[in-house]
Amino acid sequence: MTHAHASRRASAPALRFLLQVLLIAALASLPWFAEKYYVQFVARIMIMGILAMSLDLLLGYTGLVSFGHAAFYGVAAYVLAMLTPAYQAAGFWTSFPIAVIGAATSALIIGFFVVRTHGIYFIMVTLAFAQMLFFLFHDTRLAGGNDGIYIDVRPDARILGWKPFNLERYDHVYLLVLVLFVLVWLFLRVLLRSRFGHVLAGIRVNEHRMRSLGFETFRYKLACFTIAGALAGIAGYLSAVQFGVVNPEFMGWHQSAAVMMMVILGGMGTLAGPVLGAAAWMLLELGFQSLPVAGSIDLGKHWQLWMGGFIVLTALLLPSGLLGAWSSLARQVSARRGAGPQTTANPMASAGKGRPLDRQP
Amino acid sequence: MELATFLIQLLNSVQYGLLLFLISSGLTLVFGIMGIINVAHGSFYMIGAYLAWSLTQTLGNFWAALALAVPIAVIIGLVLEWLVVRFLYTRDLLYQVLLTYGLILMFEELRSILWGDDVRGVNIPAALDASIRLTDTLSYPVYRLAISGVCLVVAGLMYWLIQKTRVGMTIRAGSVNREMVQSLGIDVKLIYRLVFALGVTLAALAGMIAAPVSSVFPGMGNQILIVCFVVVVIGGMGSVKGALVASLLIGLVDTFGKVLHVQIGGVHLLPELASMSVYLLMAAILLWRPEGLFGKHTG
Amino acid sequence: MNSASTRAVVVAPAGHSAPALETRSLTRRFGGLTAVNGVSIRVESGTVHAVIGPNGAGKSTLVNLLSGDLAPSHGEIILEGTDITRLGPPQRSLRGLGRSYQKTNVFLPLSVFENARLAAQSRAGSSLRFFRPVLREGAINRQADEAIEAAGLSARRDRIVATLSHGEQRQVEIAMALATAPRVLLLDEPLAGMGAEESSGIVRLLSRLRERHAILLVEHDMDAVFSLADTLTVMVNGTVLETGSPASIRASAAVQAAYLGSEDTHHD
Repeated sequence: MTHAHASRRASAPALRFLLQVLLIAALASLPWFAEKYYVQFVARIMIMGILAMSLDLLLGYTGLVSFGHAAFYGVAAYVLAMLTPAYQAAGFWTSFPIAVIGAATSALIIGFFVVRTHGIYFIMVTLAFAQMLFFLFHDTRLAGGNDGIYIDVRPDARILGWKPFNLERYDHVYLLVLVLFVLVWLFLRVLLRSRFGHVLAGIRVNEHRMRSLGFETFRYKLACFTIAGALAGIAGYLSAVQFGVVNPEFMGWHQSAAVMMMVILGGMGTLAGPVLGAAAWMLLELGFQSLPVAGSIDLGKHWQLWMGGFIVLTALLLPSGLLGAWSSLARQVSARRGAGPQTTANPMASAGKGRPLDRQP
Repeated sequence: MELATFLIQLLNSVQYGLLLFLISSGLTLVFGIMGIINVAHGSFYMIGAYLAWSLTQTLGNFWAALALAVPIAVIIGLVLEWLVVRFLYTRDLLYQVLLTYGLILMFEELRSILWGDDVRGVNIPAALDASIRLTDTLSYPVYRLAISGVCLVVAGLMYWLIQKTRVGMTIRAGSVNREMVQSLGIDVKLIYRLVFALGVTLAALAGMIAAPVSSVFPGMGNQILIVCFVVVVIGGMGSVKGALVASLLIGLVDTFGKVLHVQIGGVHLLPELASMSVYLLMAAILLWRPEGLFGKHTG
Repeated sequence: MNSASTRAVVVAPAGHSAPALETRSLTRRFGGLTAVNGVSIRVESGTVHAVIGPNGAGKSTLVNLLSGDLAPSHGEIILEGTDITRLGPPQRSLRGLGRSYQKTNVFLPLSVFENARLAAQSRAGSSLRFFRPVLREGAINRQADEAIEAAGLSARRDRIVATLSHGEQRQVEIAMALATAPRVLLLDEPLAGMGAEESSGIVRLLSRLRERHAILLVEHDMDAVFSLADTLTVMVNGTVLETGSPASIRASAAVQAAYLGSEDTHHD
């Protein structure tokens, strides 16, 4: 590695850090100049970003293709709905941890069964258990059944008489979402560099070898599944707060598939990818829904047709997501210019396998 | 439980189980032979049911509708394989799931555009619109017996096709060793196309013959798909025998789960929870045999 | 086979207790085929115990039974006096049984160092630790580097394993096995598919390892086997034909008839 090249690489993290701080500052200032609609839309993107990052922990970093991730998102939302008395507020500081623990617990229980399966079985079994929860809320009068359940009053954030924020205000909801989004991001960054994160990478690449090295992989996969469930629960709680209503669709398989799509669209095995994917997905949804009426067919009403076609094309043409397409484009450009050596180019970490561990200089 | 009631429930569960087998055998065959997970499989069940409904409307006769709908299903299968599925053979499971999920969305919307979003009904064909009296108050519809009969005939045909014919031998060899079959000069691509079309047709046929007893409604395919997944997980992916055993098992558990719950009588604690019984069965099997009853153990 | 005579048979010291690794009538059936049939062997600590035999003799199955990748149909496996027959691969590994694989079985997309570090990390207690970066886990990183050095891979430390030559990937296998600090090492054809030069490097490495590890070696390269082994077991059709010193095995008429004579031209 040449000296110039090394110094360029050393300055890259500092630059990236600066960009991230600027981005967060820009996001934090949004409520002061944007209209309510846009603020809420960005909040939704960040909520979906949390959900997509939590799925990426399974999908991209551990190689566990969960097709039922929305279950835990839904469980946390339902916990809040059920903790909220009619026409009164639940306490934020109690309902939030309970909702997240509820999501984590259900992930732990379901994970106990699903994590012992592999590949295609894992896909089907996660979907089946998520549907079991879906039918539990859909078919029973446990929490409003098919119609769902309303949260009349948003959670009260009062703590010893002091009220740091008011969740009846959309801008406060937005800022809470932003704070939790950043915290989840930081948490995952730290987690992925820890021993645990490295074990997950090892499991993704070669689980059999991890076992012969002495790792009881069941335990680590279960822990990973539980953590991902808890983080999905954070997103579910925030969604319930934002919408003020929870219904079985929260945990339906269309929700699970949508999150999966966000992760793949953005790029698996990265943290920025799922967030980017969430934004792209929601913009697409909005775009397709606002299509005009053409002749006898309302194009916007049948937006799922275009979404379905888009998914089919993405699966066929964009195997490594937006970030992957971007970096392979960048590689091609730099290769054509004959620029710098590809020291970290990694032939095996292509298409959907994500990035392995932190590179050590 | 009275004997007659028990008999009726038993017949119901066998009929449901055999119908499930018809659908899930296609799912498991396509996976076992082609290595493809097709989550859009349930859509073909829905398409079959809607075809039966709309063609019965136009032609005025259920049998004529059936005679036309089956070839349509075969063509849908062949075209779909050629159009998209063949690009999936070398792809990761994840992309197979995604692409076929995209197909579900498209099928649902096309169904909505073509046939609307209302719940439809198909009349039981006159020739089979009768009941067999079991006691003074209880009887069993002939049509349900006919469903079981059709499923059994199809199951027999499939057994014959896979075990006894040259095509079947090629199919079995192809699922074991693709390169070897290819080197023998057999067109694997053609076999894959036919197997996929077979799977589509089986699911669509199930939808057609089920249409007169279950209503025809949006989302019916997704409901059945999940149950088929449970069947395949319990039976073992790729095993037709496993699909048969697991389908019948689920038919029994589902039907009697509901009945027995009602029997508890006084305590009507969430009777709908009975629909959970199949998932509990799946959970128990997963603890015991994670690769299913007849699945091959994969490291 | 020229270098066999240079090594004398090491006899276990008098009063030596349990062997490092022992099997008692170990058997594994696959359907109608009995791949390993009543095999009883003893691997003494501080020695290299080689298992040879023609293809299909059941050598690889034996290694897989020992490491726990396969479950035996019956029989026992005893590691340093403890019955480990019912334990899974992770528990066996943690009790000091390391192995390398015949087909290279490593973390291809990761660097040599990361491969060794994962191996070293498996010895450092639970990895349910979520916050401290592995980069700051000095002990783990040191252990990984030591294993890389012992395996002669220091120059390749930060290379992605997938970009290495076949022989170097075999060395990564050994580095990983070493990083788990095993007391008993199972090596399944460590020389498979290697050129002469690479082979002699690995043979030198293995002869250094013998001082600290009991080694069970399955290998087809007879030169290597006879230069390394203290004890030899000849397997044919899943059963043990004979066990003894290299000299006695070489002299055995039964072995000559069953294996060495006919197989001399074909080592594969």
